[in-house]
Amino acid sequence: MRIGILSDIHANREGFEAALSALRRLGTDRIVLLGDIVGYGADPEYCVETAARLMEDGAIGILGNHDAAIDGSDEDMNRIAREAIRWTRTRLLPEHRAVLKNLAISHRVEDALFVHASASQPAEWFYITDERNAERSLRATDARITVVGHVHRPHLWRLTSQGTATGHAPHQGVENPLAQSQRWLAVIGSAGQARDGRPGAGYGLLDLARRSLTFGRVDYDHYTAARKVREAGLPDQLAERLLRGE
Amino acid sequence: MGRERIRPGSIIDGFEVGEKLHEGGMAEIFAVTKPGCDLPLVMKVPLILEGDDPTMIVSFEQEQMILPRLSGPHVPKTIAIGDFSREPYIVMERIAGVSLLEKFKAAPLPISEVVEIGARVAAALASLHRQDVLHLDLKPSNIMFRPAAEPAKVVSGFASGEAAHEKAEPAKVVSGFASGEAAPSFGGEAVFIDFGLSRHLKLPDLLAEEFRVPMGTAPYIAPEQVMKLREEPRSDLFALGAMLYALATGERPFGNPKHTTKALMRRLYEVPTPPRVIRPEVPGFLQEIILRLLEVKPDKRYPSAGQLAFDLAHPDHVVLTERSRREKTHWMRNFLAGRFGGAKAPLTRLEAYRHAATAPIIMVAVDLSEGGASLHEPLRDILRRLLATAPESRLACVNVLKTAVIGLDPLTTESGESVHVQRLVELRGWAADMRLPPERITFHVLESADPAEAITSFARNNHVDHLVLGARGSGGVRRYLGSVSTAVVAEAPCTVTVARVPPAESEAA
Repeated sequence: MRIGILSDIHANREGFEAALSALRRLGTDRIVLLGDIVGYGADPEYCVETAARLMEDGAIGILGNHDAAIDGSDEDMNRIAREAIRWTRTRLLPEHRAVLKNLAISHRVEDALFVHASASQPAEWFYITDERNAERSLRATDARITVVGHVHRPHLWRLTSQGTATGHAPHQGVENPLAQSQRWLAVIGSAGQARDGRPGAGYGLLDLARRSLTFGRVDYDHYTAARKVREAGLPDQLAERLLRGE
Repeated sequence: MGRERIRPGSIIDGFEVGEKLHEGGMAEIFAVTKPGCDLPLVMKVPLILEGDDPTMIVSFEQEQMILPRLSGPHVPKTIAIGDFSREPYIVMERIAGVSLLEKFKAAPLPISEVVEIGARVAAALASLHRQDVLHLDLKPSNIMFRPAAEPAKVVSGFASGEAAHEKAEPAKVVSGFASGEAAPSFGGEAVFIDFGLSRHLKLPDLLAEEFRVPMGTAPYIAPEQVMKLREEPRSDLFALGAMLYALATGERPFGNPKHTTKALMRRLYEVPTPPRVIRPEVPGFLQEIILRLLEVKPDKRYPSAGQLAFDLAHPDHVVLTERSRREKTHWMRNFLAGRFGGAKAPLTRLEAYRHAATAPIIMVAVDLSEGGASLHEPLRDILRRLLATAPESRLACVNVLKTAVIGLDPLTTESGESVHVQRLVELRGWAADMRLPPERITFHVLESADPAEAITSFARNNHVDHLVLGARGSGGVRRYLGSVSTAVVAEAPCTVTVARVPPAESEAA
């Protein structure tokens, strides 16, 4: 089974469309939306509606911290994120909110686990940015492959036979074989707000039959996405971020 | 894994298992056949017993990951992979030749044979590194030589074309062997086997942080591997240097140390005894090459396997430094370095990893005839830019002395000078104002009736990464008869840049 993964769309219509059509070209049997459909970007309605349509067609929707904050607390967020969430709330209708409410905290397909931030206490939204957090997530599940987003920078971690986590920044477009003797933790790049130094829409392609994972990225019209952020009156840093990809 | 052991007579996924050819510490090798497959095959099966070290499984998986991604004559062709959920194996082409271990039994070898082996292994390494793979466990038993189907290419590189050049510069010829001596008669291309400790630079490294002791084979492991660094292509060059040392002298540069980090640490500060101390007939150029390969810091070794292959194919072009003149073992220096903390100093700050792509071999084909003069400056402009962006690159300047297809051309000028020498002098003059240090530039005059063919062959045989040449005009006759540059662009095995003179200035062709 070939699973296309889109994470951290963040209400970026242009990024979402570009990453989704890249996956369509590659061919997938299933789509996983790995959380944070909204927040930051200027097109929350479009993104939620598109996500809802994909889910009607069998896509799996995972809950992200920004999605949860729409009808929950935004107290733990930084000022800019909170401002974006408050703006987003004014835009979403009850139908949109119902879609976000129905997202799952995690989902398992065969020996792969999908969760937005970490397999360890998923609703605490830990960031997997170092060995310690990678190890915690890897130890919290028996799934051989865990796929997360949340960090916005692609990374591929694994648990060594010495019991420690080690990882590397994967090469774009290279099919990484996931050796069977190891347990893997993949951090997929963001489709809607890249933070790894280059504007672009990230995605993942997990092939369960071949046991491989490809980290992909596609260029998209980030100028338009940034312009819409400005026109919406959202914090200017959010537009800057789209332009710089960091 | 309580599965049944594979043995002669077993049938695995359509492969019929034949005799056991080899049993090592990590795996067994069987001859196998499959109906409809004519290629001689072997099956490699890991020796995994209950409770075994998990690193053995990981190492086999790493090999399963890397081998199918490799291509070319220097690796066995992968036929099938069996995964760990059922029956782990790798079926690959059986290499019919002999391993380098056979040669080690006869060491020290004739100098020409050491150079020949070095050149072939370096060519194979250049191919491997170009595919983003580092072997990291080079040793005599992991290098095979295919049976010789035809005279090896590298031999012709320095036996024929360069002979005339050597005569031109007798002062630089450091030994008398290259021109006259017959090529050694064993084997064809070098082939690497056993990729169990290898690294693919674009894939996850399953072996990172898996081993407590350094991975590799004690006599050949590079200093940075002792420090557990696994992303340095020049580690393979160090191992090759240790092998060439042993083939040339009959002794290993660091003896046969125990496989412990402490014993292996000695090579982080020790300077090996110069090969000429052990065997005085080792020529200076070979000592230079071997000691450069055995430098502690990767940055002081050859920047790439391709550049090493180039020097081994052109011994008279090797720039001799202090290394070539060393005449004694620095016992006191080694002792003091070991005693007073020199041990870790050389590698505390490892220079950032650089891909071999930053150390390209650039070739320029220069037309020294009158018609080519307008292209001289445009060519030098391009080269200046290329050389500036790749500080570890080197430049081979080539001119083709065109000979008639039938009959003999006079190879001396009216005043009796050799045309060949005359061309070399002009070529040096042409390159002079680029002001490259001697270790970055070489000059070659090729004699051929077919310049385009001579240029592309030189590029192919010398692992050239980027070829620069000029195109004269674009006028009528050339369009119909075809120009040298057109033929080279079509046939060259590498990137080609063609310089042109802006139209207003170009002469009608």
